[in-house]
Amino acid sequence: MSRKLVVNPITCVGHGICAELLPERITLDPWGYPIIDPTPITPRLEAHAKRAVAACPTLALLWREAEAGVPR
Amino acid sequence: MSASSSRGVAHPDGPVTAALAPTDPVRLLPRPSVTAYPDHLDHYGPRPVGTAALIDEVEAAGLRGRGGAGFPTATKLRAVAARSRTPVVVANGTEGEPASAKDKVLLQAAPHLVLDGIDLVAEVLGAGETFLCVDRNWPDVANAVERARDERGAGRRGRRLQVVDAPDRYVAGEESALVHWLNGGEAKPTFVPPRPFERGVRGRPTFLSNVETYAQLGLIARYGAAWYRALGTTAAPGTTLLTVTGAVAHPGVCEAPGGSSLASVLAAAGGATAGVQAVLVGGYFGTWIPGRAVDQVGLDPVSLSGFGASLGCGVVAVLPDHVCPLIEVARVARWLASQNAGQCGPCMYGLPAVADALEAAVSGRPVSVGQVGGLVSLVKGRGACKHPDGMARFVESSLRVFNEHVVAHQRQGPCVAHRPLLPVPETGGWR
Repeated sequence: MSRKLVVNPITCVGHGICAELLPERITLDPWGYPIIDPTPITPRLEAHAKRAVAACPTLALLWREAEAGVPR
Repeated sequence: MSASSSRGVAHPDGPVTAALAPTDPVRLLPRPSVTAYPDHLDHYGPRPVGTAALIDEVEAAGLRGRGGAGFPTATKLRAVAARSRTPVVVANGTEGEPASAKDKVLLQAAPHLVLDGIDLVAEVLGAGETFLCVDRNWPDVANAVERARDERGAGRRGRRLQVVDAPDRYVAGEESALVHWLNGGEAKPTFVPPRPFERGVRGRPTFLSNVETYAQLGLIARYGAAWYRALGTTAAPGTTLLTVTGAVAHPGVCEAPGGSSLASVLAAAGGATAGVQAVLVGGYFGTWIPGRAVDQVGLDPVSLSGFGASLGCGVVAVLPDHVCPLIEVARVARWLASQNAGQCGPCMYGLPAVADALEAAVSGRPVSVGQVGGLVSLVKGRGACKHPDGMARFVESSLRVFNEHVVAHQRQGPCVAHRPLLPVPETGGWR
């Protein structure tokens, strides 16, 4: 079961901590908001990704099933 | 908030609220309008009761939602039917698309057909509450609908359809935004999932679709899928409502068989009043068809996809030769930027940056198409809703079709300002 990270763009206010902790998947746009690489998190990155999720002050960084598909 | 009289719906020359001359055939927009309930029953015949079999019929008919996204209606019905709680039914007639008038025309010309569709869906799904959301700037529309509702008597299980006038912001008609507003919040999109079919109004599974979708359901329930498909093409079955606006002799709303040629639709509006520079198909999230291609385009998914376009909400806006496309594009882009909900960073900062770049291009400052395109790709897919994606689509199409104008502005300076063509209405609050 592979998982990826997504951001809730409504709760995200651009602290940018996630990009510091997980530069392998997260970069910041010119306004300081995260751009998230949808590539699944590999086992090597798992611990770093968990830290990034836990460190988000607004709880905007979320785990998702990589192949999650819902209608619409 | 602006008064209805000052708000240009489809054209600065005058609000388009009249239907065009009757087209052949006439399904949704009978002439003269059928507004009284007995006349409606005379014209269309009695309405059958909605059962689960209707979902199969809708699937066979190939009906897709008419709000712009074109999602298969049967799939959406099944998704709601599969939930265990009593669902809520919402008909979306907010029509926040500035150039569109088809929902307003439909609700005034054949309100009972829409109400039939709502009743049918409520019966099929065993729904409780039902809502019809209308544009609050058009009291005539709300009045027509309320008059029609009251004429029909008590309603299902003593529950009356609730006619509500939603905020006029562009994204207020997005389904999660409308649900959020119906739940007492601001009419702003929410983070999905859960989507409305899972958890919508009052936390209940909610079937939400455009009012034209309901009217088509009212026809399919009566006459069946084969009748429905007797018009249109395989990829675009039945008929569709279009708002034809811009440089045409008679801007207005028409009903056309699916897959009609773009040329025939322009002809139905009296033809272009000037040389056609380009045609915007699908509203402000739409795509430009270059003037030279007008005669080759059919309004069906296959033909339109060749131009990266889709019919969207059914707006067809003609840009005449003498109008500077960059000025129009920049105005619309600035308006779309102003319509962001102020929730998601990339949309809040990115859309105004795109509008800035387009305005710089209008004034002939050195902005490359690549620079604007880079900004646009930065906002795509990064909002809670598809507002940034829709604007990106419009701007990318504009850059593609009007590429040489960007260069010309830099070499020769800005164009002389002209009378605005595409409407950019003032909007009110979020409640």
